[in-house]
Amino acid sequence: MDKLQFLIFLSVALFALGLLGVIVRRNLLVMLMCMELMLNGVNLSLVTFAQQTGTAAGAVLVFLIFVVAAAEIAIAIPIVLLLVRRKRTLETDAYSDLKG
Amino acid sequence: MIENFLQNLDTLLIYVFGASALVAGALMIVLRHPMQVAMALISAMVFLGGVYGLLGVHFIAAFQVLIYVGAVMVFMVYVIMLLDVRDPSFKRRFSRFLVPGIIAAIVFVEVLVYGFAQGQHATARTTASFGLQQFAVAFLNEYWLHFELTSVLLVAAVVAALAVIQGGKRHG
Repeated sequence: MDKLQFLIFLSVALFALGLLGVIVRRNLLVMLMCMELMLNGVNLSLVTFAQQTGTAAGAVLVFLIFVVAAAEIAIAIPIVLLLVRRKRTLETDAYSDLKG
Repeated sequence: MIENFLQNLDTLLIYVFGASALVAGALMIVLRHPMQVAMALISAMVFLGGVYGLLGVHFIAAFQVLIYVGAVMVFMVYVIMLLDVRDPSFKRRFSRFLVPGIIAAIVFVEVLVYGFAQGQHATARTTASFGLQQFAVAFLNEYWLHFELTSVLLVAAVVAALAVIQGGKRHG
């Protein structure tokens, strides 16, 4: 298998693993970390495409994703802390009354 | 002879680091305690940083380690230590969506791999990868607006985090 092809498949696998984690795990923090894994998979594909085409646009997008990931964590962690303060648990089933 | 071996070593290390990142990602699904999951994620990020470094984009490798491992994951580990360790979600790992989730992930991978296999492959060019100088010139000449907008986004995130905490205090 070609090197870049392997990296593309690896990024797909990482994204799918992150998606699987968001769906099947019960813990809020673990779900957040699985989202980070999805972002990492996308980053890997962007770097691979940037290498393939030799342009800097992919790398610029990777930097923007770094910033978005930092902002996402900065918002998500206070929300998780508030939820835990109210329900005393990290389990997602406890928040099913938020369903519309 | 030696140079040929070193070139192959480069490729071999990319495969090794990639496979290790994949194993770490799979461990994230299986492990029980959030701290173990965080350690698996950190190792996956470090392995991906190694892949970036071997691909020649050293600055992205450095930022992967500095921002993701150094800032985001340290924050995450800190919060895990802050919260209660006797949470019921630690005992049962998986929600009732385990079987549908696995089926969905398999279908997702199948569809994407099929799409990649159908698409025409651009041959991998072995030209020298772009360096920090080329990236910085492109970043600040063509993408300066995005760069400024990220600062707006970060300020908005900080203000929103403060607002969430303040609002929670008022209602709680």
